[in-house]
Amino acid sequence: MTETSRERPGEGLTVALFATCISDTMFPKTPQATVEVLERMGCRVVFPREQTCCGQIFTNTGYFDDAIPSVRTYVKAFGDYDYIVGPSGSCVGSVREQHPMLAERSKDAGLQRAATAVASRTLDVSEFIVDVLGVTDVGAYFPHRVTYHPTCHSMRVTKVGDRPYQLLKAVRGLELLELPEATQCCGFGGTFSLKNPDVSVSMAADKARNAASTGAEYLVAGDNACLMNIGGMLSRQKSAMTPIHLVEILAHTEGKRR
Amino acid sequence: MTAKPRLTPAPPPGELIDSPRFPVAARRELGNTAQRRNLRLATHTIRDKRANAVGEMENWEQLREAGGAIKNRVLRHLPEYLEQLEESLTRNGATVHWARDAAEANRIVIALVQETGSQEVVKVKSMATQEIDLNEALEESGIAAWETDLAELIVQLGHDRPSHILVPAIHRNRSEVREIFLEEMGRYGTPAPPGLDDNPTNLANAARGHLREKFLRAKVAISGANFAVADTGSLVVVESEGNGRMCLTLPETLISVVGIEKVLPSFDDLEVFMQLLPRSSTAERMNPYTSVWSGASEGDGPQNVHVVLVDNGRTNALADPHGRQALRCIRCSACMNICPVFEKVGGHAYGSVYPGPIGAILNPQIRGTDSAVDRSLPFASSLCGACTEVCPVQIPIAELLVHMRGKVVDAKKAESKGVHMPHAEPAMMKAGGWVMGDHRRLEAAQLAAKAGGGVLGRFTDHIGPLPWPLSKWTNTRDVPNPPTKTFRDWWNVNRADQVEK
Ligand code: SF4
Repeated sequence: MTETSRERPGEGLTVALFATCISDTMFPKTPQATVEVLERMGCRVVFPREQTCCGQIFTNTGYFDDAIPSVRTYVKAFGDYDYIVGPSGSCVGSVREQHPMLAERSKDAGLQRAATAVASRTLDVSEFIVDVLGVTDVGAYFPHRVTYHPTCHSMRVTKVGDRPYQLLKAVRGLELLELPEATQCCGFGGTFSLKNPDVSVSMAADKARNAASTGAEYLVAGDNACLMNIGGMLSRQKSAMTPIHLVEILAHTEGKRR
Repeated sequence: MTAKPRLTPAPPPGELIDSPRFPVAARRELGNTAQRRNLRLATHTIRDKRANAVGEMENWEQLREAGGAIKNRVLRHLPEYLEQLEESLTRNGATVHWARDAAEANRIVIALVQETGSQEVVKVKSMATQEIDLNEALEESGIAAWETDLAELIVQLGHDRPSHILVPAIHRNRSEVREIFLEEMGRYGTPAPPGLDDNPTNLANAARGHLREKFLRAKVAISGANFAVADTGSLVVVESEGNGRMCLTLPETLISVVGIEKVLPSFDDLEVFMQLLPRSSTAERMNPYTSVWSGASEGDGPQNVHVVLVDNGRTNALADPHGRQALRCIRCSACMNICPVFEKVGGHAYGSVYPGPIGAILNPQIRGTDSAVDRSLPFASSLCGACTEVCPVQIPIAELLVHMRGKVVDAKKAESKGVHMPHAEPAMMKAGGWVMGDHRRLEAAQLAAKAGGGVLGRFTDHIGPLPWPLSKWTNTRDVPNPPTKTFRDWWNVNRADQVEK
């Protein structure tokens, strides 16, 4: 057995789950899968229920003042935890890169200190598994052809690097197909998709076409918003490809599916 | 008023600042299928080449850091460096002029040309002169300005506007270029050879033939500068075709229009920028022609040398310590080449000579946020961040896009103070911000979504057409129904025993 398949590397660690508002509301299977994987690794997972949202919908639309309540809520919900883990490169990236700026704007020195500290303890689930738990094989089994879309914010804001690929490569039965023009944006961009719908759709169509060209059964990513965008295009194009969050693949084990 | 006969091909009518909002212009440009194909091919080719050219450099990240740091120093001490530049240039025999805005810069240049008695000028490709719309100002004063860069020539002869800062005719393919040459060259000088085909070499030769007489005849040249070196009083032009070298050496009079942010402290700094710029822009290890001149040298090249230093809104940007990072830009164009939005719509949609990601953050700073187009530009991005990754002077473009969105929103809010009809968006954002301020409000909102999902779910697996503004989404993409149970519900049932902390 290699070192990376150590059974329960999370023993003794408490992880606060940052479900993200979009997954909490629209894609509950993703945070559920996060809980399953982390518990399987031996972690104790808690869900601070005061949590709401990272606030980036407001921040990225230019409404900084309206994002500040989200920062306060985030600090209140997660202030006491050493590890805060979320299944979204984008929401985690927003917490890490935008909360300090927003807190500064609030002119509340206490919030500023707290937000900066909490932000630095917030990790994407792929970072937590690979860096903190020190494993890439989480005992998953997923006998399917998949292709992976590295979402822009996971790649360029949160900078998860090749961790998702490492995790996918360790999944038994999984065949990973290369996505052409992988690093090109899917065109979602939050309110961009509403403010510039024509450009957004054209970008999503490119992404969906590239994904379909791989012949994969599943399109994997670490952000449900992007998956919803590309998935919406695939569904409209009557494609058989299914969007799925990375962590849902990691939660899937042989012979035991919830 | 009767129209004067034109000396040079007329560009499209109207001022760029009056362009429509980006989404409207983008829709117009997206409808141009041929242009989309040209853009896609051109951007993807140059992207890959740039990646290779940059990939060869082991110290690329250090170079970017150095480039950013030098430019930051310039911006912190701009007045000092500009004074030093003026001093050195003057010592070298050049005359320095200062222009607050486009109108003043144009007036200065026109007066300088008129002094020479010449009624035409040859031009080195220059963004600063595009920015101040110098060619049209000259035309109105009875002076013909001839663009000599191949792509600028194509644009000028095509009665068109540049759509890219480095490859102004990126939106054109060679058969279009052939048609333009055959149709227009003869009206403004040496005609294209009659049987001209669309072979690139033959097209370039036609341009050479057309330009030759203009180069040899010209008494005055107008250039910009990529860099203005403060300690030695030197200007630098980086180019590929040699047309710049011709303009910079043949005529008697040379007038260079230079943005005040182009100053570099010392000649040694060129070491950094001459590694960063060619690889980032044309993806070459080194560009074919780099011209450096320090004032006038007796018996060699232009004897009457002028430098017009232009502000034109740059000090507005300088006043914002965060936003001014955009002034580090060395106009390499890497950000627009990598941009998935630019790739779709091209440069004309941005309503400025500075398109793409840099245009989206620079224009609203130097022109302000009063016009419809400038207000829309910071939103002309999915915030994918590809631009930030390639920028050779480490401008955090994505972050500045968000910063500028904040400024646009603040400006709109200030305007609507006391007005009783709030726009839908601020009201939605405010309500949303309030909901996210307390989990109980979020849970209440989720309850409503679930109820909707529960009803819809009986009929279909995705939501049907939604009302505006969400219709912009559902018109083209499906949206899954909200599930009937949120994650919170699941947690309450399955982990009810789990205590926090
Ligand atoms: S912003 Fe950066 S990448 Fe874009 S043109 Fe300027 S220097 Fe080049």
